Amino acid sequence: MKKDNLTISKKKFNSRLIVGTGKYKSMTECAKAIKISGADIVTVAVRRVNIADKKKPLLMDYIDPRKITYLPNTAGCFNSDEALRTLRLAREIGGWKLVKLEVLGDKKNLFPEMIETLKSTEILTKEGFKVMVYCNDDPLMAKRLENVGAAAIMPLAAPIGSGLGILNKVNIQIIRDQTKLPLIIDAGLGQASDAAIAMELGCDGVLVNTAIAKAKKPFEMARAFKNAVIAGRQSFLSGRIEKKVMGSASSPKKGII
Amino acid sequence: MKKKIKIKINGKINKIDDKTKLSDLVKNLKVPLKKVAIELNREIVDKKNLNKINLKVNDKIEIVHFIGGG
Repeated sequence: MKKDNLTISKKKFNSRLIVGTGKYKSMTECAKAIKISGADIVTVAVRRVNIADKKKPLLMDYIDPRKITYLPNTAGCFNSDEALRTLRLAREIGGWKLVKLEVLGDKKNLFPEMIETLKSTEILTKEGFKVMVYCNDDPLMAKRLENVGAAAIMPLAAPIGSGLGILNKVNIQIIRDQTKLPLIIDAGLGQASDAAIAMELGCDGVLVNTAIAKAKKPFEMARAFKNAVIAGRQSFLSGRIEKKVMGSASSPKKGII
Repeated sequence: MKKKIKIKINGKINKIDDKTKLSDLVKNLKVPLKKVAIELNREIVDKKNLNKINLKVNDKIEIVHFIGGG
Protein backbone atom coordinates (compact mmCIF):
# COMPACT_ATOMS: atom_id res chain seq x y z
CA MET A 1 0.00 0.00 0.00
CA LYS A 2 1.19 3.50 -0.82
CA LYS A 3 2.40 5.40 2.20
CA ASP A 4 -0.27 7.79 3.36
CA ASN A 5 1.66 10.77 4.68
CA LEU A 6 0.47 14.14 5.84
CA THR A 7 2.18 16.71 3.61
CA ILE A 8 2.45 20.34 4.65
CA SER A 9 4.46 22.75 2.49
CA LYS A 10 6.18 19.80 0.80
CA LYS A 11 7.28 18.36 4.14
CA LYS A 12 6.04 14.85 4.88
CA PHE A 13 4.87 13.62 8.27
CA ASN A 14 3.95 10.08 9.25
CA SER A 15 1.30 10.95 11.81
CA ARG A 16 -1.86 12.90 11.08
CA LEU A 17 -2.26 13.74 14.73
CA ILE A 18 -0.74 17.01 15.91
CA VAL A 19 -0.70 17.56 19.65
CA GLY A 20 -0.36 20.58 21.88
CA THR A 21 2.11 20.69 24.75
CA GLY A 22 0.09 22.85 27.15
CA LYS A 23 -1.97 22.06 30.26
CA TYR A 24 -0.03 18.96 31.33
CA LYS A 25 0.77 18.37 35.00
CA SER A 26 4.49 18.18 34.25
CA MET A 27 6.98 18.18 31.42
CA THR A 28 7.55 14.47 31.98
CA GLU A 29 3.86 13.72 31.58
CA CYS A 30 3.72 15.91 28.48
CA ALA A 31 6.70 14.21 26.85
CA LYS A 32 5.33 10.73 27.56
CA ALA A 33 1.85 11.55 26.25
CA ILE A 34 3.38 12.92 23.04
CA LYS A 35 5.44 9.81 22.57
CA ILE A 36 2.39 7.58 22.99
CA SER A 37 0.32 9.74 20.64
CA GLY A 38 2.87 9.11 17.88
CA ALA A 39 2.65 12.76 16.84
CA ASP A 40 5.41 14.16 14.61
CA ILE A 41 4.37 17.77 15.18
CA VAL A 42 3.76 19.54 18.49
CA THR A 43 2.55 23.07 19.04
CA VAL A 44 4.55 25.27 21.40
CA ALA A 45 4.06 28.75 22.80
CA VAL A 46 6.56 31.62 22.94
CA ARG A 47 6.90 33.16 26.39
CA ARG A 48 9.35 35.10 28.54
CA VAL A 49 12.26 33.15 30.04
CA ASN A 50 12.05 33.00 33.82
CA ILE A 51 15.17 34.97 34.68
CA ALA A 52 14.76 34.53 38.43
CA ASP A 53 14.42 30.74 38.42
CA LYS A 54 17.17 29.29 36.28
CA LYS A 55 16.46 25.74 37.36
CA LYS A 56 13.01 25.75 35.83
CA PRO A 57 12.77 22.86 33.34
CA LEU A 58 12.91 23.78 29.67
CA LEU A 59 10.57 22.25 27.12
CA MET A 60 13.46 21.58 24.75
CA ASP A 61 15.12 19.38 27.38
CA TYR A 62 12.08 17.11 27.37
CA ILE A 63 10.95 17.21 23.76
CA ASP A 64 13.81 17.16 21.30
CA PRO A 65 13.15 19.59 18.44
CA ARG A 66 15.46 17.52 16.22
CA LYS A 67 13.14 14.53 16.56
CA ILE A 68 9.76 16.23 16.68
CA THR A 69 8.72 19.23 14.62
CA TYR A 70 8.00 22.24 16.81
CA LEU A 71 5.11 24.29 15.54
CA PRO A 72 5.37 27.67 17.26
CA ASN A 73 1.98 29.25 17.86
CA THR A 74 0.70 32.70 18.65
CA ALA A 75 -1.67 31.67 21.41
CA GLY A 76 -2.64 34.61 23.55
CA CYS A 77 -2.26 37.15 20.73
CA PHE A 78 -5.24 39.40 20.13
CA ASN A 79 -4.01 41.40 17.14
CA SER A 80 -1.83 41.11 14.10
CA ASP A 81 1.12 43.06 15.57
CA GLU A 82 1.40 40.75 18.58
CA ALA A 83 1.15 37.67 16.39
CA LEU A 84 3.81 38.88 13.96
CA ARG A 85 6.15 39.82 16.80
CA THR A 86 5.70 36.39 18.39
CA LEU A 87 6.39 34.42 15.24
CA ARG A 88 9.38 36.51 14.23
CA LEU A 89 10.84 35.76 17.65
CA ALA A 90 10.01 32.08 17.23
CA ARG A 91 11.88 32.04 13.94
CA GLU A 92 14.85 33.65 15.65
CA ILE A 93 15.03 30.93 18.29
CA GLY A 94 15.99 28.34 15.74
CA GLY A 95 14.85 29.04 12.25
CA TRP A 96 11.25 27.85 12.52
CA LYS A 97 9.28 28.80 9.44
CA LEU A 98 6.37 26.42 9.76
CA VAL A 99 4.12 28.16 12.27
CA LYS A 100 0.62 28.16 13.65
CA LEU A 101 -1.12 31.51 13.49
CA GLU A 102 -3.84 32.07 16.03
CA VAL A 103 -5.22 35.56 16.56
CA LEU A 104 -8.02 35.57 19.09
CA GLY A 105 -10.89 38.01 19.15
CA ASP A 106 -12.70 37.31 22.38
CA LYS A 107 -11.32 36.38 25.78
CA LYS A 108 -14.31 34.26 26.74
CA ASN A 109 -15.17 32.19 23.69
CA LEU A 110 -11.64 32.41 22.22
CA PHE A 111 -12.99 32.61 18.69
CA PRO A 112 -10.46 33.76 16.11
CA GLU A 113 -10.37 37.41 15.02
CA MET A 114 -10.52 36.63 11.32
CA ILE A 115 -9.76 40.09 9.90
CA GLU A 116 -6.50 40.27 11.87
CA THR A 117 -5.81 36.62 11.06
CA LEU A 118 -6.18 37.23 7.34
CA LYS A 119 -3.94 40.30 7.50
CA SER A 120 -1.27 38.41 9.45
CA THR A 121 -1.37 35.40 7.14
CA GLU A 122 -0.63 37.61 4.16
CA ILE A 123 2.27 39.43 5.83
CA LEU A 124 3.84 36.27 7.26
CA THR A 125 3.58 34.44 3.96
CA LYS A 126 5.38 37.31 2.23
CA GLU A 127 8.11 37.07 4.88
CA GLY A 128 8.66 33.42 3.96
CA PHE A 129 6.70 31.76 6.75
CA LYS A 130 4.61 28.66 6.08
CA VAL A 131 1.49 29.59 7.95
CA MET A 132 -0.95 27.05 9.31
CA VAL A 133 -3.95 29.14 10.19
CA TYR A 134 -6.37 28.62 13.05
CA CYS A 135 -9.68 29.91 11.78
CA ASN A 136 -13.42 29.82 12.02
CA ASP A 137 -15.34 27.08 10.23
CA ASP A 138 -16.36 29.61 7.59
CA PRO A 139 -15.83 28.41 4.00
CA LEU A 140 -15.57 31.95 2.60
CA MET A 141 -12.89 32.99 5.08
CA ALA A 142 -11.06 29.70 4.48
CA LYS A 143 -10.98 30.53 0.78
CA ARG A 144 -9.59 33.99 1.48
CA LEU A 145 -6.85 32.51 3.67
CA GLU A 146 -5.97 30.17 0.84
CA ASN A 147 -5.85 33.06 -1.59
CA VAL A 148 -3.29 34.95 0.52
CA GLY A 149 -1.01 31.92 0.76
CA ALA A 150 -1.90 29.92 3.88
CA ALA A 151 0.01 26.61 4.14
CA ALA A 152 -2.84 24.85 5.94
CA ILE A 153 -6.40 25.68 6.90
CA MET A 154 -7.17 24.83 10.52
CA PRO A 155 -10.81 25.44 11.36
CA LEU A 156 -12.06 24.97 14.87
CA ALA A 157 -14.40 22.12 15.73
CA ALA A 158 -15.71 24.15 18.66
CA PRO A 159 -14.26 26.77 21.06
CA ILE A 160 -10.72 26.03 22.27
CA GLY A 161 -10.71 23.65 25.21
CA SER A 162 -14.49 23.16 25.11
CA GLY A 163 -14.46 19.46 24.23
CA LEU A 164 -17.70 19.81 22.27
CA GLY A 165 -16.51 18.04 19.12
CA ILE A 166 -17.30 19.15 15.58
CA LEU A 167 -20.30 21.46 15.80
CA ASN A 168 -20.73 22.14 12.12
CA LYS A 169 -19.88 19.15 10.00
CA VAL A 170 -21.50 20.69 6.93
CA ASN A 171 -19.13 23.66 6.97
CA ILE A 172 -16.12 21.40 7.39
CA GLN A 173 -17.35 19.31 4.45
CA ILE A 174 -17.75 22.42 2.30
CA ILE A 175 -14.25 23.59 3.18
CA ARG A 176 -12.91 20.12 2.39
CA ASP A 177 -14.58 20.09 -1.00
CA GLN A 178 -13.25 23.51 -1.97
CA THR A 179 -9.59 23.21 -0.99
CA LYS A 180 -6.62 21.02 -1.78
CA LEU A 181 -4.63 22.57 1.05
CA PRO A 182 -4.07 20.49 4.17
CA LEU A 183 -7.23 20.78 6.26
CA ILE A 184 -6.66 20.21 9.94
CA ILE A 185 -9.30 20.38 12.64
CA ASP A 186 -7.91 22.54 15.41
CA ALA A 187 -9.52 23.05 18.81
CA GLY A 188 -12.64 21.86 20.52
CA LEU A 189 -12.33 18.09 20.28
CA GLY A 190 -13.31 16.21 23.41
CA GLN A 191 -12.85 12.50 22.80
CA ALA A 192 -11.22 10.14 20.35
CA SER A 193 -14.36 9.60 18.26
CA ASP A 194 -14.39 13.35 17.47
CA ALA A 195 -11.03 12.87 15.78
CA ALA A 196 -12.32 9.88 13.84
CA ILE A 197 -15.27 11.95 12.61
CA ALA A 198 -12.92 14.72 11.47
CA MET A 199 -10.85 12.23 9.53
CA GLU A 200 -13.94 10.62 8.02
CA LEU A 201 -15.01 14.03 6.75
CA GLY A 202 -11.80 13.98 4.73
CA CYS A 203 -9.68 16.22 6.92
CA ASP A 204 -5.93 15.71 6.60
CA GLY A 205 -5.29 15.78 10.32
CA VAL A 206 -6.40 16.95 13.74
CA LEU A 207 -4.77 19.08 16.40
CA VAL A 208 -5.52 18.14 19.99
CA ASN A 209 -4.33 19.48 23.30
CA THR A 210 -6.85 19.76 26.14
CA ALA A 211 -8.70 16.53 25.34
CA ILE A 212 -5.50 14.58 25.98
CA ALA A 213 -3.78 16.75 28.60
CA LYS A 214 -6.86 17.07 30.80
CA ALA A 215 -8.22 13.55 30.41
CA LYS A 216 -8.23 11.54 33.64
CA LYS A 217 -5.70 9.24 32.00
CA PRO A 218 -3.72 11.34 29.50
CA PHE A 219 -1.55 8.47 28.25
CA GLU A 220 -4.51 6.24 27.49
CA MET A 221 -6.30 9.14 25.81
CA ALA A 222 -3.20 9.90 23.73
CA ARG A 223 -3.30 6.31 22.49
CA ALA A 224 -7.03 6.50 21.86
CA PHE A 225 -6.59 9.63 19.71
CA LYS A 226 -3.74 8.02 17.80
CA ASN A 227 -5.91 5.01 16.98
CA ALA A 228 -8.97 7.13 16.21
CA VAL A 229 -7.06 9.23 13.69
CA ILE A 230 -5.75 6.11 11.97
CA ALA A 231 -9.20 4.46 12.02
CA GLY A 232 -10.94 7.59 10.74
CA ARG A 233 -8.45 8.02 7.93
CA GLN A 234 -8.76 4.37 6.86
CA SER A 235 -12.54 4.67 6.98
CA PHE A 236 -12.42 7.78 4.78
CA LEU A 237 -10.11 6.13 2.26
CA SER A 238 -12.28 3.00 2.15
CA GLY A 239 -15.27 4.77 0.62
CA ARG A 240 -18.27 4.54 2.90
CA ILE A 241 -21.66 3.15 1.78
CA GLU A 242 -24.44 5.49 0.82
CA LYS A 243 -26.94 6.48 3.48
CA LYS A 244 -30.42 5.10 2.88
CA VAL A 245 -33.67 5.56 4.67
CA MET A 246 -34.89 1.99 4.21
CA GLY A 247 -33.35 -1.24 5.42
CA SER A 248 -31.29 -3.47 3.18
CA ALA A 249 -30.87 -7.08 4.36
CA SER A 250 -27.36 -8.41 4.67
CA SER A 251 -28.33 -12.05 4.07
CA PRO A 252 -29.54 -13.24 0.64
CA LYS A 253 -33.23 -13.92 0.12
CA LYS A 254 -32.56 -16.88 -2.17
CA GLY A 255 -32.86 -20.28 -0.51
CA ILE A 256 -34.91 -19.14 2.46
CA ILE A 257 -36.54 -22.23 4.01
CA MET B 1 32.81 52.84 40.81
CA LYS B 2 30.99 52.34 37.54
CA LYS B 3 27.84 54.26 36.85
CA LYS B 4 24.67 52.17 37.25
CA ILE B 5 21.75 52.35 34.87
CA LYS B 6 18.23 51.04 34.95
CA ILE B 7 17.02 48.72 32.22
CA LYS B 8 14.02 46.43 31.89
CA ILE B 9 14.45 42.71 31.37
CA ASN B 10 11.26 40.78 30.66
CA GLY B 11 9.21 43.58 32.17
CA LYS B 12 11.23 43.88 35.39
CA ILE B 13 13.57 46.75 36.27
CA ASN B 14 17.21 45.75 36.72
CA LYS B 15 20.22 47.86 37.65
CA ILE B 16 23.34 47.13 35.67
CA ASP B 17 26.66 48.84 34.95
CA ASP B 18 26.50 51.49 32.27
CA LYS B 19 27.66 50.25 28.87
CA THR B 20 27.34 46.60 29.82
CA LYS B 21 27.53 44.50 26.69
CA LEU B 22 24.39 42.55 25.89
CA SER B 23 26.54 39.43 25.56
CA ASP B 24 27.81 39.88 29.14
CA LEU B 25 24.32 40.44 30.49
CA VAL B 26 23.05 37.29 28.86
CA LYS B 27 26.04 35.37 30.19
CA ASN B 28 25.45 36.66 33.73
CA LEU B 29 21.82 35.66 33.54
CA LYS B 30 22.91 32.17 32.43
CA VAL B 31 20.52 32.27 29.50
CA PRO B 32 20.82 29.18 27.23
CA LEU B 33 21.46 31.16 24.05
CA LYS B 34 20.58 28.41 21.61
CA LYS B 35 17.11 28.07 23.09
CA VAL B 36 16.05 31.71 23.21
CA ALA B 37 15.37 34.78 21.09
CA ILE B 38 16.26 38.26 22.25
CA GLU B 39 14.58 41.55 21.56
CA LEU B 40 16.07 44.94 22.33
CA ASN B 41 13.59 47.82 22.31
CA ARG B 42 11.18 45.72 20.22
CA GLU B 43 13.77 44.81 17.63
CA ILE B 44 15.08 41.29 17.30
CA VAL B 45 18.78 41.06 17.99
CA ASP B 46 20.94 38.78 15.86
CA LYS B 47 22.55 36.52 18.45
CA LYS B 48 25.86 36.80 16.60
CA ASN B 49 25.98 40.52 17.38
CA LEU B 50 25.37 40.44 21.12
CA ASN B 51 28.92 41.56 21.91
CA LYS B 52 28.57 44.59 19.66
CA ILE B 53 25.70 46.05 21.66
CA ASN B 54 26.32 48.30 24.67
CA LEU B 55 23.25 48.66 26.84
CA LYS B 56 22.04 52.12 27.75
CA VAL B 57 19.57 53.61 30.18
CA ASN B 58 15.92 52.55 29.79
CA ASP B 59 16.67 49.80 27.32
CA LYS B 60 13.97 47.18 27.21
CA ILE B 61 15.06 43.60 26.72
CA GLU B 62 12.83 40.63 26.12
CA ILE B 63 14.23 37.11 26.30
CA VAL B 64 11.80 34.45 25.17
CA HIS B 65 11.75 30.70 24.68
CA PHE B 66 9.32 27.91 23.92
CA ILE B 67 7.01 26.55 26.56
CA GLY B 68 4.09 24.16 26.46
CA GLY B 69 1.12 25.45 24.53
CA GLY B 70 -1.75 24.38 22.31
